[in-house]
Amino acid sequence: MCVGVPAKIIEKQEFSAVVDVMGSKMTVGIIFVPEVEVGEYVIVHAGQAMSTIDEENALLSLEEWRKLVDARTSG
Amino acid sequence: MKDERISLAHGDGGELAHRLIQDIFVAAFGHNDQARFDAAIFPAASQQMAITTDSFVVNPLFFPGGNIGKLAVAGTVNDLAVSGVTPLYLTAAFMIEEGFKVQELKEIVNSMAAEAQKTNVRIIAGDTKVVERGSMDGLYINTTGVGFVNEKNLPRPEAIAEGDSIIISGTVGDHGVAIVSARGELGIKTEIDSDCASLNDLIRNVVENVDGVRIMRDPTRGGIATTLVEIAEDFGVTMEIAEEEIPLRNEVKGVCEILGYDPLYLANEGKVLMIVNPSDEKRVLELLREHELGKDAKVIGQVTGKEKGRLHLRTGLGSTRRLNRLSGMMLPRIC
Amino acid sequence: MLELLDEFSNSELSRKLLVKVKEAAQEYIHIHGRKPVFMEVCGSHTMALAETGVKMALKDHVQLISGPGCPVCVTDQKSIDAMIKLADGDNRIICTFGDMVRVPGTEVSLMEAKTQGKDIRIVYSPPDAVRIAEENPDKEVIFLGIGFETTIPVLAVALKAAIDRDVHNFSMWMTTKLVEPILRTLLESQEVSLDGFLLPGHVSIILGKNQYQYLVDEYNIPGVISGFEPVELLGGIYKLIRQLLEGRVEIENDHSSVVTDEGNKPAQLLMETYFKTVDEAWRGIGIIAKSGMDIREEYARFNAKNRFNIEVGEPRKTKCRCGEIIRGLISPEACPLFGKACTPIQPIGPCMVSAEGTCAAHYQYMRED
Repeated sequence: MCVGVPAKIIEKQEFSAVVDVMGSKMTVGIIFVPEVEVGEYVIVHAGQAMSTIDEENALLSLEEWRKLVDARTSG
Repeated sequence: MKDERISLAHGDGGELAHRLIQDIFVAAFGHNDQARFDAAIFPAASQQMAITTDSFVVNPLFFPGGNIGKLAVAGTVNDLAVSGVTPLYLTAAFMIEEGFKVQELKEIVNSMAAEAQKTNVRIIAGDTKVVERGSMDGLYINTTGVGFVNEKNLPRPEAIAEGDSIIISGTVGDHGVAIVSARGELGIKTEIDSDCASLNDLIRNVVENVDGVRIMRDPTRGGIATTLVEIAEDFGVTMEIAEEEIPLRNEVKGVCEILGYDPLYLANEGKVLMIVNPSDEKRVLELLREHELGKDAKVIGQVTGKEKGRLHLRTGLGSTRRLNRLSGMMLPRIC
Repeated sequence: MLELLDEFSNSELSRKLLVKVKEAAQEYIHIHGRKPVFMEVCGSHTMALAETGVKMALKDHVQLISGPGCPVCVTDQKSIDAMIKLADGDNRIICTFGDMVRVPGTEVSLMEAKTQGKDIRIVYSPPDAVRIAEENPDKEVIFLGIGFETTIPVLAVALKAAIDRDVHNFSMWMTTKLVEPILRTLLESQEVSLDGFLLPGHVSIILGKNQYQYLVDEYNIPGVISGFEPVELLGGIYKLIRQLLEGRVEIENDHSSVVTDEGNKPAQLLMETYFKTVDEAWRGIGIIAKSGMDIREEYARFNAKNRFNIEVGEPRKTKCRCGEIIRGLISPEACPLFGKACTPIQPIGPCMVSAEGTCAAHYQYMRED
């Protein structure tokens, strides 16, 4: 339905921000994530930041899968 | 004269045309000896010769890492080099839109001269046409290249066999991404330079030292996937490349993610794909990596069988899928 | 962070997880005598499942049916013809997402219209079309607004910009689609029987997890919200199978790094401010009540449907079976045109054009001959 890309906020204005996507820079709208801060990561779709990326939840999710494959392969 | 522009009179064969040729082309290419005649005469040092021609149309004309002039020399040099031929002479024809800035033309022609000198080829004949404003877009260049064949250095496609290694001389998609960024239409700015470069030196170093090179191609438009599909079909082999082995710059990955492009289909202008005897694989990699243009060379796959004419990609998951030619134009996908 | 996100496409982890998914599916097959059947609702999931090889790797274990989540594919032909017809007038600039330009109309595609000299521009972001309108004050600039809930708020951003800056020569032609009405329609038609939904990662950013509760409460069918990397795709499928094996019926959020329970409030508010729900025509299905959004009356001057008098006839009939494909009834190979008369170079239906179309995914990534 839509392409979303993780991007790091490097400069923030009122309604837009400059983000870095693996070395490329672009300006995106931040109207959906007004509270976002420089240094945080967002998902970008069609030129808008749609959501911040919660590092803790990403880590938890990854841990869950690591645990699952390790538990069963050793067991 | 800084803002001097090309006018239709620059193409009418009169005084202005003469001055343009003398001041810009002859000055840069140093081919005054040949420029006095209607045809350039040159000594030939081999029984067999090779010839190739290519027209260059690129928007924008100047991009990070090069311009249309450098591209026009490198592109034709590379077509000869990947055929195992030593490029020696070029012709260059310019189609220029009325109103084009003379300063920009000088810059482009000087890049051609610099690239030609670096590559040891001589530009010995040329032509200029000026067309009315609006009937074309800026500047087009055609170059034709002539090279000499050394039998010993020719690739040997007939020897291609199961188990042969597929090598790429460096990261893929750099040119495609540099152009997208330089166009600026989609609002993406990236630091990446086009890989635009002449590969004859890099390639000569390999073919003069190794016998096991089966096929070489430069994966320009259509990217490495399209070039490998063509090889598979032309020589009746099945090949498999591994997604994880394909060298990719982070910036290219990022732009591809944003726009939904597949880097395997993005243009390269300074890379060579080689299919080599597996016993020569290590040596070829060493030779490539000795050169600045080949320092990221990698084995990306193997010939897996004969007669089928197919290319497969092994994904990180371990499953394989077939790669086809680029179907139509790559468009940024959004929703 | 990027290293962390990279782990979601880590091949070692994906391969191990693939084994787990196969084991779980085997267990299900052992009990029920058939593969579990899931629908991926989202077009980007369709593409990601094909591109990463997940779908091929699981073909003997899980049946994955592509759902109605590719915006161009679900748009009915008459709407497509109308959007292309907009290009007919003089002094117009048509701005669109890349996916639309090659979609065949009954007469031409936008790409063909462009070769005939029409000004058709691909933009990455809808507000760019507003900027183009400001730069070309003597031309009418029309944005073709297609998309689901991920894209609709972005269309609202563009409309807001046009209103705030009073850009008189900008308008938008919307044929947008909503996820809930189409899922209800599919479930109620009972044409296709499903054991669960792989729910769209990005639409869910806007909607939030709780919005899907109707699937559980009213249809007794589970769903897992999933991302697009191999580990996330496999993880989502794994969780669906576990629900079936354990007899649970829940909505699980396996994409909680970006999807919350309530969704994105500013985006929801913006949609409600500028748009209202309207009936929309879906390809191969017909009109579904309140299944899309369009511009509210108070902003009607920005609605291209009011601004231009576009009339199109009945679309030409073809043997294209996109309509059945987006309902999950048949796979692309069952269409007599697939890969023969209809290819990405000469597409007959939108499913072959869009980068998210089921036919394009099959043609590009899963075709053997």
